[in-house]
Amino acid sequence: MSIDIATARKVAKLARIRVEEAQLPKLAEQLSGILGFMEQLNEVDVSGVEPMVSVTPMRLKRRKDVVTDGNIQAQILKNAPDAREGFFAVPKVVE
Amino acid sequence: MTSPNELTIAAARDALRAGDLSAVDLTMACLTAIDASDGLNAFVHKTPDIALDQARAADARLRQGDAPDLCGIPLGIKDLFCTRGVPSQAASNILRGFRPEYESTVTTRLFEAGAVMLGKLNMDEFAMGSSNETSAYGNAVNPWKVDDRRLTPGGSSGGSAAAVAADLCLGATGTDTGGSIRQPAAFTGITGIKPTYGRVSRWGIVAFASSLDQAGPMTKSVRDAAIFLAAMAGHDPKDSTSADLAVPDFEAALTGDIRGQKIGIPREYRMDGMPAEIEKLWAEGIAMMQDAGARIVDISLPHTRYALPAYYVIAPAEASSNLARYDGVRYGHRAKLAQGDGITEMYEKTRAEGFGAEVQRRILLGTYVLSAGFYDAYYNRARKVRALIKRDFENAFAAGIDTILTPATPTSAFGLGEMANADPVEMYLNDVFTVTVNLAGLPGIAVPVGLDSKGLPLGLQLIGRPWDEAGLLNHAYVLERAAGFVAKPAKWW
Repeated sequence: MSIDIATARKVAKLARIRVEEAQLPKLAEQLSGILGFMEQLNEVDVSGVEPMVSVTPMRLKRRKDVVTDGNIQAQILKNAPDAREGFFAVPKVVE
Repeated sequence: MTSPNELTIAAARDALRAGDLSAVDLTMACLTAIDASDGLNAFVHKTPDIALDQARAADARLRQGDAPDLCGIPLGIKDLFCTRGVPSQAASNILRGFRPEYESTVTTRLFEAGAVMLGKLNMDEFAMGSSNETSAYGNAVNPWKVDDRRLTPGGSSGGSAAAVAADLCLGATGTDTGGSIRQPAAFTGITGIKPTYGRVSRWGIVAFASSLDQAGPMTKSVRDAAIFLAAMAGHDPKDSTSADLAVPDFEAALTGDIRGQKIGIPREYRMDGMPAEIEKLWAEGIAMMQDAGARIVDISLPHTRYALPAYYVIAPAEASSNLARYDGVRYGHRAKLAQGDGITEMYEKTRAEGFGAEVQRRILLGTYVLSAGFYDAYYNRARKVRALIKRDFENAFAAGIDTILTPATPTSAFGLGEMANADPVEMYLNDVFTVTVNLAGLPGIAVPVGLDSKGLPLGLQLIGRPWDEAGLLNHAYVLERAAGFVAKPAKWW
């Protein structure tokens, strides 16, 4: 399986990473190389094998559905690149 | 005369309790060593004020006789751990300036035990790398040096490994997703253990691949690893994958007696083109364990060769999902926007500027293998192969094997920049002996065993049964004593 430039462009869009047009051929080539390495997995007989979800055969513990903190708006906003009036601020989303 | 920063954790603990040394003096010795170590680029955020405050508090506890093992012990913390009010940026530009408002569970436990934080340690960006060359801080450098070249300390916990090997601290935290504790430990002649998945809480550690990530200690001896791990481990309600199991007294398990224990030697780890020196080291390790009374058993782990390709599907898939949170909204970097740019441009520019090349590559790869039409062909197939890799180990343990002995790395440390033009896959081969352990969720430890012909350290890896870190550490202790590795890098930095 090799990745063409159109696929590389699409994957970059899905991942929300801007990749300049001039960089796409190199990216496609590198991804194809890595995928080629992964092709070995097709040699393995996986019939009847369940895909692994967790390495430990234990049920995840559930904690009580209770509020454990709160009233920490200032802390939550402290690292925001742009925060105003108690909100995270972003460019206009709705026209 | 040994300078205090050169002590092991065990020796410093005993000296502190006996009153022969104060935590402040010990901390000052480390801070002095750190200030003279900029050539290693191991400590990337120094926290001397925090360290001295913690050391004074530790001295007070020691005087009162309320001193856990790590009380007053100066440690380095990998930059992947969130530490309150202290930069924690996973060696990435996308988290530049991020100062968490909370403390990771591991560092919380260490501080409650009285440990002293000297600062944050260099690493590969988001723990993605095997040479510490993907760091936004620049390369960490191996204190070992045999010619003009600067060598990699390995990765991703390269700063942790360099700092411990150079005696800048008594021990350091690391994290291991595919070998990121064990490979750098082997490259720098120190000990590093990746515990069983679920033994140590992941809460507050920047996530890379959540089903594989596990934190562990990097230390100057196996005894130190036992002491340090006990302080990190244990159930945490904030991490639903952390196991609700009692933490044994790992240090007490170091009896040095492994008579009658069965040690498996997996034939699939004898790779084509394996350097003769690695082969020889492995044979020597086998002989040491046999001399100690263990029974050596040839075993087969038939799916070993599929571990790397499975890992490089699963880890990027999980990473692409985990790293989706870096969007320039809640924390970290946001790109400067042009007139008319909307939110999509903000995401795309922010992530292009903030993530380095290797991280971008893995996110894109992960996005691809999870995308519609490819999910079954890649991701689900890799998860099935993962189940088979785990089954291989289960079969070996069911047949009575106690631990498995393998090389830790395919080579000794290589020169920084030497892999710059290599294919990404070539760099991934560094993890060939270690990734199987993460895929199966098992504990694994790297122990320094000898020097190669160039004079660089080489390590062996022991792999244990799930939750049997105690037995694993005891085997490692036997190997350590038999190998008698005492070489130290000559100071050049």
